[in-house]
Amino acid sequence: MSTSTDHGRPDPEATSPAANSDGRPVSDRGDTVCVIGAGASGLTAIKNLREHGFGVDCYERETGVGGAWNWRHDRSPVYASTHLISSKPFTQFPDFPMPDSWPDYPHHGQLLSYFERYADHFDLRSHIWFGTEVIRVEPVDGDRWDVTTRSTGGYGPERTARYAAVVIANGHNWSPKLPRYEGLEEFRGEIMHASSYKDPAQLRGKRVLVVGAGNTGCDIAVEAAQQASRCWHSTRRGYWYAPKYVLGRPADQVNDSLLALRVPLRVRQWLYHWTLRLTVGDLTRFGLPKPDHRVYETHPIANSQLVYYVGHGGIGPVPDVARFHPYAVELADGREIDPEVVVFATGYLPRFEFLDASVFADSAGTGRPTLWLNAFTPGHPTLAVAGLLQPDSGLFTLSHWQTVLFARLLQARRDRPERATAFASRVRERAGERYSGPVKDSSRHWFEVGHADYLRAIQRALVELEGK
Amino acid sequence: MSASSELRIMRGREWSRPVRPARREVLSAVPELEEGRPPLLFVPGFGHGAWAFAEHWLGHVASRGFPAYAVSLRGHGGSEPAPEATLRAYAHDVVQVAASLPRQAVLVGHGAGALVVAHALARYPARGAVLVAPVFGGWGVLGAALRRNPAGTLPAVFGGPLRLNRGQLFSRELPDEEARRYVGRLGRAGRRAQWALLGEPEAEPAVGAPPVLVLGSPDDRVVPASTLTRVARRYGSAPLLFPGMGHDLMLDARWAEPIDAILDWLEKEPVAH
Ligand SMILES: Cc1cc2nc3c(=O)[nH]c(=O)nc-3n(C[C@H](O)[C@H](O)[C@H](O)COP(=O)(O)OP(=O)(O)OC[C@H]3O[C@@H](n4cnc5c(N)ncnc54)[C@H](O)[C@@H]3O)c2cc1C
Ligand SMILES: NC(=O)c1ccc[n+]([C@@H]2O[C@H](COP(=O)([O-])OP(=O)(O)OC[C@H]3O[C@@H](n4cnc5c(N)ncnc54)[C@H](OP(=O)(O)O)[C@@H]3O)[C@@H](O)[C@H]2O)c1
Repeated sequence: MSTSTDHGRPDPEATSPAANSDGRPVSDRGDTVCVIGAGASGLTAIKNLREHGFGVDCYERETGVGGAWNWRHDRSPVYASTHLISSKPFTQFPDFPMPDSWPDYPHHGQLLSYFERYADHFDLRSHIWFGTEVIRVEPVDGDRWDVTTRSTGGYGPERTARYAAVVIANGHNWSPKLPRYEGLEEFRGEIMHASSYKDPAQLRGKRVLVVGAGNTGCDIAVEAAQQASRCWHSTRRGYWYAPKYVLGRPADQVNDSLLALRVPLRVRQWLYHWTLRLTVGDLTRFGLPKPDHRVYETHPIANSQLVYYVGHGGIGPVPDVARFHPYAVELADGREIDPEVVVFATGYLPRFEFLDASVFADSAGTGRPTLWLNAFTPGHPTLAVAGLLQPDSGLFTLSHWQTVLFARLLQARRDRPERATAFASRVRERAGERYSGPVKDSSRHWFEVGHADYLRAIQRALVELEGK
Repeated sequence: MSASSELRIMRGREWSRPVRPARREVLSAVPELEEGRPPLLFVPGFGHGAWAFAEHWLGHVASRGFPAYAVSLRGHGGSEPAPEATLRAYAHDVVQVAASLPRQAVLVGHGAGALVVAHALARYPARGAVLVAPVFGGWGVLGAALRRNPAGTLPAVFGGPLRLNRGQLFSRELPDEEARRYVGRLGRAGRRAQWALLGEPEAEPAVGAPPVLVLGSPDDRVVPASTLTRVARRYGSAPLLFPGMGHDLMLDARWAEPIDAILDWLEKEPVAH
């Protein structure tokens, strides 16, 4: 297996020595743009900024590219069996297709090799500082940014460099969201968050409770059904469990046939309910709760096996957890069960620990900045976030176009400043805009986007920026 | 494919109906010493296969230090038969091969292969592109072909094969026997792709703003000099001309001149660092 460790780093030498407000030396990187993170979103940011003529310094705390999809990374949320939930046409970058020889839903190892090939093909590694963590990002005069870094893990001295612009691509699937429960501390069994679940051997022969029915929880419940001696799956609501194939094709491809025809949401929901009724049927017969929402109102689940294992008794659906006892878990309906291992697949929360809360006007530190197009911050025209999206489809096409738009905005700042000013006022007016139909209130849904709505919004933003 | 000068982001129809994979023939010649130069990917025109570039150009390119590859579009040469192939499927073949190369590639299309390249450029940010004797379609091209070779052209209008003859493809300098051998190897493009040519299918704008070179021969019997000028103007340049040569510049007697010019251009352009 190849490693993606890279030592051919650029050296941000000071072009003109300066000092920041507390007198620390700052190396001025001129027009160079800083990219934080070399996951999928960071890589496409580097590529697109370079393609538009900008110099780039990217900082990556790990020793390789691929972010979440590099499962050697200590914060990777990926487990051995992870396969994509979005099929290839929706997952690949729009200008760098995945090989024809790969399946509809590739494995995470293939995804990593895809990002490594993308990095090599477009010669991105020479712009990345590996093993380097960004610890502070501060706005300075002239819409520029001081970025302070040090070696990952806190070794070595801090260095500060000044950039013309910053792209934050630090990912949002690495900081676990752990719910609190009464009695959790006294529980004698093993407790883990899904982020530390790597291999089904961790469940083999044990009684396992999986909490949460996002895609992670469903995947882990399916593995527990095959490996554990018993599996309970706790959900706090009913969901629409969509198979990966419908009508003989990947489900997302069928869905997009309808989107391309601009079939209204209500009709698509009705068609989807009807298809599910014909394929998986009424799930309440297994004791699963009836969904409290229409399809598309929670982040879609794509899993053909969950219902199969429920139907074979391998997975026992149970309601929400009420409290923990030392040797038992009490459920909302009063029942008690006795798992040895509890896996919390309760999701992740975005975090921007290097950024002062004032930049996102998020003094409460909720990690829910109010942005336009989930990317642009009012009052900070040279800052963009890439990949802060929970799409009903693959993410990478979306982060590709976000970073193209940002590159074009930076070009406009230089060549047609009045266009950039108009863009900035649109950011102020439209910050907080949503790109999906109604969704259930949950910590994971504030940045849920429908890919078609979102991409059309990006397209409009590009036309407004560059049109006549 | 519709005419549009604007960047297209939503491609719902394409995503929901991906091109069906087909086994592809790729021939290559790589330099003995890897010097970090961009690879060239040659795309043959309708009826031709990768073999047309393997005769002379691939080896020559490699000898000048550039890795060289040629793909046979589906239904051509050693690739899988594909009678129903569309222009979109051909462009897909090119982008697939380009993305599989270790570094960002320069796409070189010949004849209708140049049109395929123009479409591929909207889906892959090439390091550069070269359009050799480009056939971009339209009724003008058909008219010229009908005049020069009615028997070979007429059947194509009704979905039959397009048969190009020696006089259209080569100069008199090329020995008869060689010319006969090449003409004997010609196949045919898919019916739907041939028809698409008549509609002069406009390509979406290229992504990544690659430099584009257009070249051909004023004595080409398939592509009139006016077409060369028109295509070159579309990419903001003037065509490089090689008088006295036939349409198949890569097989004709003086095949070395155009390919040397292409490589000189690449060495001068910032594309080949
Ligand atoms: C199990 C699982 C399956 C998924 N499946 C799909 C799928 O099928 N399709 C899909 O589109 N999406 C899927 N996702 C969503 C996933 O988040 C995205 O695919 C993708 O990984 C996001 O890329 P990113 O670059 O935005 O973030 P990441 O991949 O998380 O990359 C962020 C990078 O930034 C680095 N970084 C973070 N902070 C710093 C710092 N302070 N300094 C320096 N570097 C830093 C990290 O080390 C990391 O390399 C899945 C997620 C999970 C958890
Ligand atoms: N195979 C794949 O490709 C794959 C696999 C896994 C994940 N992913 C992607 O990765 C991202 C993260 O997915 P995820 O499944 O880890 O997280 P997620 O989508 O946030 O799902 C979390 C689940 O836990 C529930 N939950 C949250 N807090 C809870 C609480 N306090 N008590 C009880 N239940 C609680 C949520 O319920 P609510 O409905 O109330 O919110 C939801 O069911 C998603 O984008 C997902 O699509 C992809």
